Amino acid sequence: MELVDQHTKKIMEGCKERARDKGLRFQDESLEYIVTNRDLIELSPKAMIPTLYDYWVHDIEVYREKGRYELYPSNPYETVINTRPAISFYNDNNPDWLNVMIFYHVLAHVDFFQNNQYFSHTWDYDFTGQALSDKRLIANARSQKGRWADYVIEFTRGIDNLVGYYNELSALDRPAGSKQTRMLDFYFDVFLQSEKKVSVSDYIKEIERFNECSNKNKKDPYRSFFAEIKRKHPEFEAVFEKNLGKKKTPASDVVEYIIQNSPFLKKEENGWMKPIMEIVRKTSLFFQPQIRTKIMNEGWASYWHETLFLEDDRINGHEVDFARVNAGVTAMPMVGLNPYALGMRIFYHIEEMVNKGKYSVAFSRLADANMREKYDTLTGRGREFIFYVRKHFNDSMFANTFIEQDFITKNNLFVTGKRLNKDRMVWEYYIKSRKAGEYKKMLLDSLYHPPFIEINESKNEDDGLYLNHHFEGKPLVKEFLTNTMLGIEYLWGGPVQLETSEVESVSEPSDGSGGMVHATDTGKDIPEIKWQRVVYTMQNRKLSKKIL
Amino acid sequence: MKKKSAGTAKHTDRENRDLLTKEQTRIMEERQSGVSHAPPLQQDGAGNSPFAHTHSVYGFNDLKHLQSLAVIKTGLVTELRPLDEILERDNQREKDGFPRKINIGRLIKPGKSGKDKIVIVPTTVEEKFIHDSSIHPPNEEDESGGTGDGEEGEVIGEQPIRVEEGAGSGAGQGEGGAHEMESSAYELGRILTEKFELPNLKDKGKKRSLTRYTYDLTDKNKSHGQLLDKKATLKQVIKTNINLGTVSRHEPVDTESLVISPRDRIYRILSREKDYESQAIVFFLRDYSGSMAGKATELVVAQHVMIYSWLLYQYAMQVQTRFILHDTEAKEVSDFYTYYNSKVAGGTQVSAAFKLVNEIVEKENLTADYNIYVFHGTDGDDWDSEGEKAIPEIKAMLMYANRVGISVVRHPYNYSSPTEVEKYLEKSELLTEQSDLIRIDSIREDADEARLIQGIKNLIMHAKVTI
Repeated sequence: MELVDQHTKKIMEGCKERARDKGLRFQDESLEYIVTNRDLIELSPKAMIPTLYDYWVHDIEVYREKGRYELYPSNPYETVINTRPAISFYNDNNPDWLNVMIFYHVLAHVDFFQNNQYFSHTWDYDFTGQALSDKRLIANARSQKGRWADYVIEFTRGIDNLVGYYNELSALDRPAGSKQTRMLDFYFDVFLQSEKKVSVSDYIKEIERFNECSNKNKKDPYRSFFAEIKRKHPEFEAVFEKNLGKKKTPASDVVEYIIQNSPFLKKEENGWMKPIMEIVRKTSLFFQPQIRTKIMNEGWASYWHETLFLEDDRINGHEVDFARVNAGVTAMPMVGLNPYALGMRIFYHIEEMVNKGKYSVAFSRLADANMREKYDTLTGRGREFIFYVRKHFNDSMFANTFIEQDFITKNNLFVTGKRLNKDRMVWEYYIKSRKAGEYKKMLLDSLYHPPFIEINESKNEDDGLYLNHHFEGKPLVKEFLTNTMLGIEYLWGGPVQLETSEVESVSEPSDGSGGMVHATDTGKDIPEIKWQRVVYTMQNRKLSKKIL
Repeated sequence: MKKKSAGTAKHTDRENRDLLTKEQTRIMEERQSGVSHAPPLQQDGAGNSPFAHTHSVYGFNDLKHLQSLAVIKTGLVTELRPLDEILERDNQREKDGFPRKINIGRLIKPGKSGKDKIVIVPTTVEEKFIHDSSIHPPNEEDESGGTGDGEEGEVIGEQPIRVEEGAGSGAGQGEGGAHEMESSAYELGRILTEKFELPNLKDKGKKRSLTRYTYDLTDKNKSHGQLLDKKATLKQVIKTNINLGTVSRHEPVDTESLVISPRDRIYRILSREKDYESQAIVFFLRDYSGSMAGKATELVVAQHVMIYSWLLYQYAMQVQTRFILHDTEAKEVSDFYTYYNSKVAGGTQVSAAFKLVNEIVEKENLTADYNIYVFHGTDGDDWDSEGEKAIPEIKAMLMYANRVGISVVRHPYNYSSPTEVEKYLEKSELLTEQSDLIRIDSIREDADEARLIQGIKNLIMHAKVTI
């Protein structure tokens, strides 16, 4: 792998200037590499991150088709790596004009990485640098523990899609709090309840007293309140200081819970496993925002490569070449979803709607199609607004908020259905719906969504671990349960239970089609699925099932 | 070469046609047709149909769609770690009390020399808790987005239910890393025997292999010898230059910049060769009627490849193969590729295939010189539902065959009940009376690789029939 030559780098720097002028914001430094096919073979299993830890599965062909996106939040062929400085990869024989287009695309990605709130947990460190030290740590563990290090990686990867990504993000947004607020939290949350065990009425009286104190003295609400506490409970401050050290943050996900509480990992001889698990967890957390902003990220990049390329004076004469490549990337497919095309169109749509002042009460009250069409208050704030969206939204919010009938109609979009034509023995693709609601639902359903699985501490028996799957209409893939739970059992060192939902029975459609045909549009003869809660138990590497 | 006028080009073409052997013509046609030969091992739902597309937004990436960087799959990937090492790890897993994780995926494709190639690709799955979207809530089907004109309800396109075989699947093809059928099949046979504990043949039969010596300019030698092998030398030169980085995949080779080392010169030298004759002959029979399309064919062929590989290993490469396809009539085909890819819409008459084998054996007097194995793959349908014609043919076959193995792939709608072929074989009591000669193995359409290997064990070892 080598860096691009000076000539290409100079073009890139020119692109940076023009992109900045338009409002994109990104770090000055960036690294551009030429990749060959051989590089790709080595990089793609590692999600294009050269320093990612080694793992034997990376070396062999993984059967990727089944649930590929659900299994891996990372894209195997990412062009831009979200790290400091951002790294990007290029084909070695791109002509200059094409590089200009790609550079703009890349810069918009970098801008997105460095400004979208869903990436905020990745802002403060250099991931590739961190990965390098992680890689060394794992290599060291492997040299001492051999294959057992790989088992730990494997089993942790088995649950790395259950990382508490949103918990992690929300923790970032909380202000750290002064000592006084922490004391206050401690007083109400712990001291009164656990230490003093006051009655509910006394507790409420205390809250009222606090409200009174803070109302009286807006500048320093705590002083008089704490003065009173000091008089009443002279030991309070000592208890607080003592508890300060003990206080631990609750685990934000299954992996962290196991790291903190596993009886197996608590044994001294197994302590080496924890850092490895933490590395797998951190790596997964790093990739999470990537897959949750796929449409926005690609849409944003496509919006900008198109906008900036056409305004670039250096590429005169290559408009037709550009049009060809650009159309290939951003054309809407007759059937299917293309994130570049869809995301870009949504951004254009939002910009236009805001420019014309259509996101307003006045506009929403208009029923006349002609008047809706002509409505324009010339706000000129569209661009500003899409920057706001780029900062604060992710894919599901993006689709949920901006997929509307005007957008669907304007772009001639529809939901396709697929049904069996038994006479001709073909699958027919047909236009199922042109309603925005249907389209939105279809899109949201196709987005990445790992199952919501939590630990139910109250049901942990003896040395067991009880996982609760909050059912959201889809069961878990059955054939994966055994090995996943086997891994958790190993890491936990005791029996592991998983409560989940399964199909109890499916009512036969009455027309006797033998289940081959999907539900028809007419809505009759829809097979009804009955669900039941079951508990799987993994004990001594044997899986058993119990119906609740 | 100078540009020829259209007329002369046509002329030489015809001239060439006449000079070519039948097989060469076939290969030429195949090469010109430009069809990908990789069999659809994995059904990834993305065939060649315009409607077999990426349903999900996550199937797109910048390198491929923006930079059109060809993404290489398999082949080279497998070179990263030797297969033995991977399988050794898998064995160790079992000893550590964890289930095996490696599947031996196989790719079969005919090479340019007309010889089939098997590429062994280890595959694995990383299991996690993920949603199973194959179970739809009521009133939901396979939906995706779309754009264009048309009324709601209008059909915008269609796709055959069964993608035509041989049309190729995108998954897992690639250049490089491929070996000749023989060597790689031998390797697969070794792996099956050693790692998956397929048995060794105890008695390979009385028939001896004939060995004699010939002298020929066959051995290759670097730097000196009797005859410069220009083709091999050029290959070696290119190899050296790839390693030096002066040749790249994307650019035409500039011959002037090639660096040539003295050791790149490859010579032929006169050497003594052992000339073996085959010890065993294997007949592979396959039902290629309409009902076999898809999964059933895939399973049968995959199993036959493994059986072939295993026999190849057992007989130290001295194995001949014959391929026979049948619906209501049987015909012999010359190569594995045709064997794999042919299909017809006809009915089924199992006896036809057995009859043809008996005829061939008699006509060519094969019993005298060979150990004969017959393996038959079917979905169990037979118009001759009582086996009135099939049973006598099978009985005749058992007079000379070392082993007859029948694999039945049951369709999902009759997983639990025996098929016609199974029924009449059971009734004939051949399976119990001659269990050392004939075996049957029934598998379900969703059988995995481990089950296939188990099936081979059933066919060649145990008399027990398991589902």
